[in-house]
Amino acid sequence: MDSQDNKKLVIEATLENLSKVNDFVEEFLKEKECSPKVRMQLEVVVEEIFTNIANYAYGDDAGNVTIEGCLEDDAAKFRLKFMDHGVPYNPLKQPDPDITAGANERPVGGLGIFLVKNNVDDISYQHEDGQNILTIVKVI
Amino acid sequence: MEIKKELTGNKLKISLEGRLDAVSAGDLDKVIQNDLNGIDELTFDFAALDFVASAGLRVLLVAQKRMNKQGTMKIFHVNEDVMDVLEMTGFSNFLDIVD
Repeated sequence: MDSQDNKKLVIEATLENLSKVNDFVEEFLKEKECSPKVRMQLEVVVEEIFTNIANYAYGDDAGNVTIEGCLEDDAAKFRLKFMDHGVPYNPLKQPDPDITAGANERPVGGLGIFLVKNNVDDISYQHEDGQNILTIVKVI
Repeated sequence: MEIKKELTGNKLKISLEGRLDAVSAGDLDKVIQNDLNGIDELTFDFAALDFVASAGLRVLLVAQKRMNKQGTMKIFHVNEDVMDVLEMTGFSNFLDIVD
């Protein structure tokens, strides 16, 4: 792993910052000829994780998210880590939605983390030193 | 995201351009909340829609639930990226998607 590929962004957890987070991720991908499909899947993943933190981690208070990214295995994999000091929350414990249900039977919401899980190759959650740490790995 | 609305009698066509993300989903939600009274035929044109994630799906589901009570809802010109998300979440099973 090339340490030059490590980058970090510390940013306030607000929806308005979503485009800055997308730009941060794009910096890793622009050097690499990854397919539009992979790019779109990562955009979905980043949006879901970041907006979840922005909407819920700090309640009505302000707080930061630290995002660390790095390319691994000769840029074959992209590892992205989201850290916040908000309410402890393990999104991986959320049950999957019933994706066979019709519109009238469906609850509104609950699809975000499902989309994350289905668009990454690996995902893990830890709670350490008062921080939520969600790490995803995507083959790019 | 840009939202264009065309109202013809009881028919409303909504064309979306750009990204239906967590930031712009609120704008579409306002249209769904405010402009569907008396509408019995709702169509979406997704030809220029590049991106959708769960915040956008939430609004589409609210629209579909509403239109199930009062008429029909169809979605035209869904691109491949958007279709992937609709299929992955099973939304393609209940949305009326037209080529």
